[in-house]
Amino acid sequence: MSYVLGLRCRECGAEYPHEPLHVCDQCFGPLEVAYDYAAIARGLSREAIAARPRNLWRYRELLPAPQDPVVGPHSGFTPLVKADRLAAALGVKELYVKDDSVNHPTFSYKDRVVSVAISNAIEFGFGTVSCASTGNLANSVSAHAARAGLDCFIFIPDDLEQGKVIGSAIYGPRTVAIRGNYDDVNRLCSEIADKYRWAFVNINLRPYYTEGAKTYGFEIAEQLGWRFPRHVVVPTAGGTILPKVAKAFAELEMVGLVSGPQPKIYSAQASGCAPVVTALHRGTDVIEPVKPRTIAKSIAIGNPADGYYVLQAVRESGGWAEAVTDAEIVAGIELLARTEGIFTEPAGGTTVGVTKKLIELGRIPRDESIVISITGNGYKTLEAVRAGLADPFVINARLQEFDALYAELTPPTHRMAARH
Amino acid sequence: MPVHVRIPTPLRRFTGGAEEVGAAGATVGAVVNDLERQFSGVKERICDEGGRVRRFVNIYLNGDDIRFLNNLETAVKDGDELSIVPAIAGG
Repeated sequence: MSYVLGLRCRECGAEYPHEPLHVCDQCFGPLEVAYDYAAIARGLSREAIAARPRNLWRYRELLPAPQDPVVGPHSGFTPLVKADRLAAALGVKELYVKDDSVNHPTFSYKDRVVSVAISNAIEFGFGTVSCASTGNLANSVSAHAARAGLDCFIFIPDDLEQGKVIGSAIYGPRTVAIRGNYDDVNRLCSEIADKYRWAFVNINLRPYYTEGAKTYGFEIAEQLGWRFPRHVVVPTAGGTILPKVAKAFAELEMVGLVSGPQPKIYSAQASGCAPVVTALHRGTDVIEPVKPRTIAKSIAIGNPADGYYVLQAVRESGGWAEAVTDAEIVAGIELLARTEGIFTEPAGGTTVGVTKKLIELGRIPRDESIVISITGNGYKTLEAVRAGLADPFVINARLQEFDALYAELTPPTHRMAARH
Repeated sequence: MPVHVRIPTPLRRFTGGAEEVGAAGATVGAVVNDLERQFSGVKERICDEGGRVRRFVNIYLNGDDIRFLNNLETAVKDGDELSIVPAIAGG
């Protein structure tokens, strides 16, 4: 049974039917899915959710979910890793990594939003799915379209990492690279979406797409034993996930599944593309677009559609926002890899770097629970870290050569211990 | 030759379904006013009560966001292309 009432404008409250619409024609505000929360509260329990398969559809009452969603049977329910070694490195007591770098099937949080968007696209009868993307979304749309047997067009900036480009091409979409940045791609796609009757997951299916991001927040609370963390740090690009994580926590409280103070939410951006951080620090609601210049390409969106809602969610929660440089981003990637064995992309390095900064600034206290949101996988963006890493030692297959190398690499005091 | 204005779907009910219309003016703001003269109701969809471009509306002149130019004061000339585009999510 669906609890979806229809769509509602976030700005002016105008109501619309459950259809592939995304913009309020009164005020251009974004449309959101509206639910019958009272009915959900009566029918949903922790036990019912816990008994379901470990995928994002376990929260189907709080999603625009078709009767039998065919897309995303293995998406979501990624690990919440207790990160004790990273906690020690950052000097904090209780730290977790919500690890969507291993989301199925394309290793980013986008598998959540795309599962929900394409399930609805199929319901609406679309034969072609499409998106504008900085890479991860294109990967996910391409893979899910292949599995669902849909035609697929993806649009990307022409300077993406090879891993992101090949990580779409393998699924056989038509890929169009636009000379320009993501904001140029988005502008073109908006015009294409107006002309071609396709399911653009991030345009005409936006209300459905964005709801999928809530599952990231639902899972954090469920995996903590149905409680909220005190602090959550989330990367910001277009601004989809952060407000939806806030909404997820609010909904869990509203339907009676989790109680306790709502978490403080923090936005992480790269210094080379930080329009939301800048607006927060200036104390304004007006987000000035920027031309992105950062290695964190997956979050290089200079004109964030939902930036305003990021500001709102951060402020309402009592959180904050910070940005870090490309060097700090790479350091963040390495720190997470070397303390927790998790290899994230630059967006994740940004989140780790910003968490470190927020702790050092005293914005996040050291003795309260913290969740770091890792939303993408480092194996797709090798270019970002390659330069700083040591090349392999090359030797012949002779023990004496290894002995010599080992002697060179290891101080004498360590040698005996290592041999026994 | 006037400025060519691309009309997004939510505004086409004002333009009789037209995807592109012509409008005149020396600045982007003047073009918006001329749109309103021709198609009553369009301006309040694009601009708020204070006359500023609404938060979720992007206007591009020949592909450039007018916020990188001079906003509504940006000068336009005949033959320019103006696009009105709703903000869209993504990543």
